[in-house]
Amino acid sequence: MEKTKELKNIESQFKTFQILNEEGEVVNKKAMPKLSDEELKELMTRMVYTRIWDQRAISLNRQGRLGFYAPVAGQEASMLGSQFALEKQDWILPGYRDIPQIVYHGVSLEQAFLWSRGHYQGGQMPEGVNVLMPQIIIGAQIIQNAGVAMGLKRKNKDAVAITYTGDGGASQGDFYEGINFAGAFNVPAIFVVQNNRFAISVPVEKQSAAETIAQKAVAAGIHGVQVDGMDILAVYAATKEARERGLAGNGPTLIETLTYRYGPHTMAGDDPTRYRTSDLDDEWEKKDPIVRFRKFLEGKNLWSEEEENKVVEQAKEDIKAAIKKADSAPKQKVTDLIGFMGEELPYNLKEQMEEYKEKESK
Amino acid sequence: MAQMTMIQAITDAMRNELKNNEDVLVFGEDVGQNGGVFRATEGLQKEFGEDRVFDTPLAESGIGGLAIGLGLTGFRPVMEIQFFGFVFEVFDSIAAQMARMRYRSGGVYHSPVTIRSPFGGGVKTPELHADSLEGLMAQTPGVKVVIPSTPYDAKGLLISAIRDNDPVVFLEHMKLYRSFREEVPEEEYTIPLGKADVKREGKDISIITYGAMVHSSLKAAEGLAKEGIEAEVIDLRTVSPLDIDTIIASVEKTNRAIVVQEAQKQAGVSAHVVAEINERAILSLEAPVLRVTAPDTIFPFASAEDAWLPSYKDIVEKAKYIINF
Repeated sequence: MEKTKELKNIESQFKTFQILNEEGEVVNKKAMPKLSDEELKELMTRMVYTRIWDQRAISLNRQGRLGFYAPVAGQEASMLGSQFALEKQDWILPGYRDIPQIVYHGVSLEQAFLWSRGHYQGGQMPEGVNVLMPQIIIGAQIIQNAGVAMGLKRKNKDAVAITYTGDGGASQGDFYEGINFAGAFNVPAIFVVQNNRFAISVPVEKQSAAETIAQKAVAAGIHGVQVDGMDILAVYAATKEARERGLAGNGPTLIETLTYRYGPHTMAGDDPTRYRTSDLDDEWEKKDPIVRFRKFLEGKNLWSEEEENKVVEQAKEDIKAAIKKADSAPKQKVTDLIGFMGEELPYNLKEQMEEYKEKESK
Repeated sequence: MAQMTMIQAITDAMRNELKNNEDVLVFGEDVGQNGGVFRATEGLQKEFGEDRVFDTPLAESGIGGLAIGLGLTGFRPVMEIQFFGFVFEVFDSIAAQMARMRYRSGGVYHSPVTIRSPFGGGVKTPELHADSLEGLMAQTPGVKVVIPSTPYDAKGLLISAIRDNDPVVFLEHMKLYRSFREEVPEEEYTIPLGKADVKREGKDISIITYGAMVHSSLKAAEGLAKEGIEAEVIDLRTVSPLDIDTIIASVEKTNRAIVVQEAQKQAGVSAHVVAEINERAILSLEAPVLRVTAPDTIFPFASAEDAWLPSYKDIVEKAKYIINF
C-alpha cells in the first residue's frame, strides 16, 4: 500500500515513548517518574517474582496440576508497570493473560490458581478488591471498561477503570465501541493494548494497515500513546499520566505497549515455532524488561544477586504454599453452581437443585 | 386511574422507577431528547435530566457493555435496544456477560440490567425489526424474558424487571403499543416475574400463549365459545422462567392444550411448553399438544407479513382439531 504524505505524517506522530533503553540507561530524563529507591526495587521484585511464578505455572500445567494458563514471560514490564500506577480504589478489567496485575491488585495467588482450574472460588473477588474475572471473549471487557469508568465518575469516586487486551483485541468491534464510548462520555478510563506482536499466530502486520495501534485513539478523539512495553518506567509513567488525565476530567487514554510473549499463547497445545522465527525471539529477548531494569538498578547500587535470589526463593515458596492451599479447596458440586444462577432460582433450577442434592448425597 | 396505552404504561413504569431510585438510569439510541423512536421515554429526559436519561453513541454492543459496567458500580441500568432484531450486535454482552456475571463471580457480582426492546410483526417494518427472537434468550441460562400483552401488565412487569437484581429482557410487541387503552393505576404496583395470567377461564381446552398472540387467542376463544367450546387462555407474561404451576393446573383441568406463538416453530418457547406438559401431565391429556406458530422461514418482507403470521383462524382450527381428536 502506497500511503499518502498526509497519512504518513499522522502515523509518524506516534513515536515510541521510552525512558530506559536496552542497556538500562535513562534516555529520557525529563520523563523519569518520581519513584523512591524502595519503589524502584519493588518494581524489580515484582518482575522477578512474576517470571518465576510464570515458570512454575508452566511446569505445574505440564504436570496437570494447573488448568488453563496463558504464559506472561516477556510482558512483565507492560503488566506490572501499568498496575503499579494504580491506586487500590481503581478497577481492573483483565483479559485471561492479565493475572499478575490482578494479583498485585489484591487477588491471592491461591485464588489465581483456582481461577486457572475453573473453580468457582477463583471468580469470587474479595471485598474491596476492584477486579473483574479475567475475560475470555476478546474485547468484551473493553466496552465494560467504559461503563465501569462512567459509574466511577458518576459516583464521584476518585478512581479510574483500566482494561487490558492484546494486538488482536484491537481488531474487535468492541475495541472501537469501547474507546469511542469512553471518549463520547469523557470518562476516566484507560485502555491498554499489549501489542505482543501475535494474536495466537497472526502477526500484528496482518491485523491492520495502521502503523501503530496507539493512533487508533485519534479516530475516537482520545489520547493515545505508544510505549516501549519492555521498559517498566515508561509503562508506569504513561499509565500514571493517563490516570491523572482521566481523574482531571480530560478523558480516557489508549496505551499501546510494545512487548513480546516468550512462551506459547496458552499451555493448551500452542506451538510458537509454527509462526515465529527464533531470530525474532532472540531480537526480543535482547529487550528483556528484567535484564534492562537490573542493569539500571545495579548502576544505582540498588540491586544485587543476593537480593534477586531472595525474591526467587520467596516466589518458589509462595507458589508451593498457594498451590497446596488451592488443592485443599472444597470439591465443586453441581449444587454450588446452581446456586449462582440467580438471586432467586426459577422452578427448573429448584427442581434440578433437588435432583443433584439427591445425587450428591449418594 | 387513567386510561393508558401500553407505551404510556411503559413510560409510566420507567418514570416511577426513576423517581423511586436515583441509581436507575435510562439510556440507548434516541431515548433522550427525542424520547425514543416509539416515544417510550417521552418527557423523561426533561423530567429527570441528562444525567439520568441519555442518548448513547449508535452501537448496541457498546450499550450492553456500558450497562454491565454501570451495574458493577452500583447503578440499575435500563437500556433500550431500538429494535430487537438488532440484538445480535449485543448478544455477547447479554448472553455471555450479563447472564453469567453472578455465576462467573461465584455470587460476588451481579448484573441488575433491564433490556427493553420493541419486537413483533404486523406493523410493516423493514427487515430485522420485527423478528420474534425470544426463543434465543429463553435458551440462555441467567436471563429472564418478559413479554407483556396489556398496558396494565406492562407497567407492573416493567417495575418488577427494573427492581430485579439479575438481567431481564423485556420485549414490547410493537403492534400492542397503541392498539388499545385500559385502566392503569397511576400509583406503583408490581406483577411478579415468572407468573402467568389466566386471561380467560374455560374448561374444554387450554390455549397457552404470550405477546400479541394473547389477543388473537382471546378472539379465537370467543369464536369457539359460539360453537360451545370453552377455551382457557393463559398469558405466560414471562416466557423464561415459565409459570409451570399455572400451565399444568390448566391442562389437568381441560385435558387438552395448544400452544400459540408468533415465532417460527422450531425449538423456542412453545416447544419447551409442550415438552414440559409431556413430562408433567401426559396422563391428563386426551389429545396431543399441538402448536400454532409461524413457519420456519426468515421473517418475511412486509407485504407477506399477514399471510405469514399466525392468525386467530389458525388457532380456532387447531383447537377444534384437538377437541375432536
